[in-house]
Amino acid sequence: MLNELIQKQSDGTIKPSDRFEIPAQLIPEQPPSERVKNNLEVSLGYTEEQARLEALRCLQCKNAPCEQGCPVNIRIRDFIAAIADGDYKKSLSIIKENSLLPAVCGRVCPQEVQCQETCTVGKKFKDVSQAVSIGRLERFVADYDSDNESVPKVAAPTGRKVAVIGSGPGGIVTATDLRREGHDVTVFEAFHKPGGVMVYGIPEFRLPKSIISKEINVLEKMGVHMAMNYVVGKTRTIEQLMKEDGFDAVYIGVGAGLPYFMGIEGENLIGVYSANEFLTRANLMKAYKFGNGADTPIANSKKVAVIGGGNVAMDSARTAKRLGAEHVYLIYRRTETEMPARVEEIHHAKEEGIEFLLLQNPKKIIGDEESFVTGIEVIKNELGEPDSSGRRRPVPIAGSEFMIDVDTVIIAVGNGANPLIGQTTPDLELNKWGYVVVDDNCKTSIDGVYAGGDIVLGAATVILAMGQGRSAAAAMNEYLSNLK
Amino acid sequence: MYKIISKKQLSKDVFSADIDAPLIAQSRKPGQFVIICINNEYSERIPLTVAGADPEKGTIRLIWQRVGKTTAELSDLCEGDVIESVTGPLGNPTHIENFGTVVCVGGGIGNAPLLPIAAGLKEAGNYVISILGARNSDLLILADDFEKVSDEVILVTDDGSIGRKALVTEPLKEVCERDKKPDMAFAIGPVPMMKFSSLVTQQYEVPTMVSLNTIMIDGTGMCGGCRVDVGGETKFVCVDGPEFDGHLVDYNMMMKRQNAYKDQETKAYQFYKDHKCKIGLD
Repeated sequence: MLNELIQKQSDGTIKPSDRFEIPAQLIPEQPPSERVKNNLEVSLGYTEEQARLEALRCLQCKNAPCEQGCPVNIRIRDFIAAIADGDYKKSLSIIKENSLLPAVCGRVCPQEVQCQETCTVGKKFKDVSQAVSIGRLERFVADYDSDNESVPKVAAPTGRKVAVIGSGPGGIVTATDLRREGHDVTVFEAFHKPGGVMVYGIPEFRLPKSIISKEINVLEKMGVHMAMNYVVGKTRTIEQLMKEDGFDAVYIGVGAGLPYFMGIEGENLIGVYSANEFLTRANLMKAYKFGNGADTPIANSKKVAVIGGGNVAMDSARTAKRLGAEHVYLIYRRTETEMPARVEEIHHAKEEGIEFLLLQNPKKIIGDEESFVTGIEVIKNELGEPDSSGRRRPVPIAGSEFMIDVDTVIIAVGNGANPLIGQTTPDLELNKWGYVVVDDNCKTSIDGVYAGGDIVLGAATVILAMGQGRSAAAAMNEYLSNLK
Repeated sequence: MYKIISKKQLSKDVFSADIDAPLIAQSRKPGQFVIICINNEYSERIPLTVAGADPEKGTIRLIWQRVGKTTAELSDLCEGDVIESVTGPLGNPTHIENFGTVVCVGGGIGNAPLLPIAAGLKEAGNYVISILGARNSDLLILADDFEKVSDEVILVTDDGSIGRKALVTEPLKEVCERDKKPDMAFAIGPVPMMKFSSLVTQQYEVPTMVSLNTIMIDGTGMCGGCRVDVGGETKFVCVDGPEFDGHLVDYNMMMKRQNAYKDQETKAYQFYKDHKCKIGLD
């Protein structure tokens, strides 16, 4: 089929109807029963044939609504055309005009609510799952190039020093754009390993850490200094960096690192984790290898309740499964349609045997005399009148409480702004939630200080952090070039 | 990479080391701690109080007790070896001012973090009474250093091998009963010691600060693993503490939470002891 289509394409005789007949290419995946026993990537990636077939499904439509759906306006139509032609190098360079982390975004972007939601093909079939698999194509070319160690060119030294606080997606991308301009860039990271949420939060089976190592490697090859174990606000403050250490500008990309708890009874029992703690132990500290290559322990959970409905909740549940839990319950107060998690992650979680308890909410957590969790009391909800957001609000059904036996509870109900930077940087304007206030150029209330990503938007996505990082870097480059 | 500049053994299981960490040495204030990770690939992250710092030399002093795998591994490192990660200074510094008369109560390894606080209090003009206790004379550390920064030093041991045969709460009670009762108390040591010391001072309405040492991972407030109940509110020891009002801490809950990984810790320590190469081939 592929050869025929390629022929038609080069002849110029390919028609939309030909394209519609190409079946949407299913990405090969590890079977659920196998993958719950390992930490390897679930999605194995398109073969070359699949990638070209999928790329040929793209109508190359004139107004390219997909590009409007992309937070960083990647020239999607053109990069897909290049794949259809078999020119993967060209495809990647088009993507890299706007996105510096295609191997990451191709894997973790919520494409089904971004580029793929607006895709004409999906609209034609009235089914977003039939849209062109833009994300999988992005991943294909990013992985195809993975042996190519290309390093962006760095301009001549400007004599300006810039501090980037945080080595997550926002920090990495901002550092790249600033360094390209020739500035002396240092990335400060509180943890002992760089990558931020991509390394402590998102599990290996969704985003292999080797991808992040590669990106950091590129930064180092460009001459960016990486300062690990450096907590800005404690080790040195932003004021000290700018007034004493010679930094001309600062980018705050510290993320939303404050775990929310529910405030219910029993939340301090042994076995109750914030998702941040659970995932950091499992991912960054490799607790899945405890006793065999890692010293950080994690609870030996057999029955786990995860509270929440976002990607973090899915990651927690699927990680708990892989750590050996027999039952993993995902408890969410609304219905599946309201879940903020990616459809793909919900689907994978179900396949892996995560038991979804919807329209349910925990009331309290119970423990034994040694304070170890033994159960969780849950109450059922029904959907009532719509609230101010327009969504029907969940209303507890009196008397519907029941108990579930669990030994571990993971609270994954969101993360807020870690107050450290705010507390140690006087004059930095924050909003009432503790997030940094910025203008359209990501500039904060302090000259020379910019911010982006989760610390501005609240817990969001890698691509949004990247988008803001790039805007900020452009504004910072201009600011620095105007400095006397 | 944080090099061990010098290392000493203070008693059978207590060690002291000066680590090269210039930035931390510069910004650190008494009461703060660091998180160390011996090897970035496999080690756990643990908190250790900074017992002292020399900003000129660029070094910080860590004093620790060998209680498990990681502290044992740390004890087995030598001068010239490196600790791959040392992060800090973390936590809030001790609030030091001229309170008037202060009593500093140290239990066992707690004497290490208490010493710089006592020194700071003395410097601020306080009359400093230091009560130091341990199970036996071998475990009672830094007594001579306390002599240099205190107006009075009272030593007690469970077995009477040095000083009085008593728990710290006995002399503490006596000090609280003096005509000039202390204006402020600081207690650092094993959790039961801090709990019972606080119960004593509470009777005499002496405000008391304790320093908590819970399990931690990041140390910057992003995981909540170190949470404790203080006066009915949940607080993170790493960012809200490490010091809290000793009369409001739920010590029982804290002691229970310290047991979260007892099984894993015991096994890991045993494995380390059994497999430690006796002829240095590790």
